[in-house]
Amino acid sequence: MDERRRGAAPWQGQWPVIGVVAVGGAIGATARYGAGLLWPTAGGTFPWTTLTVNAVGCALMGVLMVVITEVRSAHRLVRPFLGTGILGGFTTFSTYAVDIQRLVEARRPALAMAYLAGTLLLALAAVWAAVAGTRALLELRRRTA
Amino acid sequence: MNWLLVVVGAMVGAPLRFLTDRAVQSRHDTVFPWGTFTVNVVGSLILGVLTGAAAAGAASSHLQLLLGTGLCGALTTYSTFSYETLRLAADGARGYAAANVVASVLAGLAAAFAGAAAAQALWG
Repeated sequence: MDERRRGAAPWQGQWPVIGVVAVGGAIGATARYGAGLLWPTAGGTFPWTTLTVNAVGCALMGVLMVVITEVRSAHRLVRPFLGTGILGGFTTFSTYAVDIQRLVEARRPALAMAYLAGTLLLALAAVWAAVAGTRALLELRRRTA
Repeated sequence: MNWLLVVVGAMVGAPLRFLTDRAVQSRHDTVFPWGTFTVNVVGSLILGVLTGAAAAGAASSHLQLLLGTGLCGALTTYSTFSYETLRLAADGARGYAAANVVASVLAGLAAAFAGAAAAQALWG
């Protein structure tokens, strides 16, 4: 986030941004909800859908951030709409935490640990690989252009 | 109808994350992403209470879609959490990056367990 001023209310001058974040968040959350309907996971089993949603969202965030910070100066509402809104609404930390709690409660501690570590590793690897991959592709395009 | 509940919840949750991040980060002169940390822990607490209440039969499936899938899902974020962790590591603040991962997971889990236990005590 930019141009933060001490003492100013967080919403001051931010209404257009708040609007696009709300719309983007609704789109992202609806997509996550849809994924859960398409690929439901039963209680006490490995939450593959939430893991996949989070990993995909992290990869897309990596691509987005490279493109808008290193390639072209995008309109000031693009990052809040796509990043904060859609990808922020698509991925979820609360479901991740509660999924682990429920697996522990269902006496599946090994599964809980695998999910805890697996999501973390996959999400960090996804964002790292997406940033590196996008940069490499852009470099290739620059050289061949 | 169900997806509308998710939309309404998310239209509150996502801007709340944005505003919380701005409010929190403007009060801290640090590279540590306290804003994202805060929304993720608070969202995990609320979802823990809600899931516990639902298990005890005290929260309807509609309320779960509105507050759980919609509000908590959009209030919390894994993509920004990962990206900020990567940025810290890439900027040479590896200690902060590791601290962000450990603190977010521990505090998020503690919040989820505490929320579920509170719901159990209230409605169980």
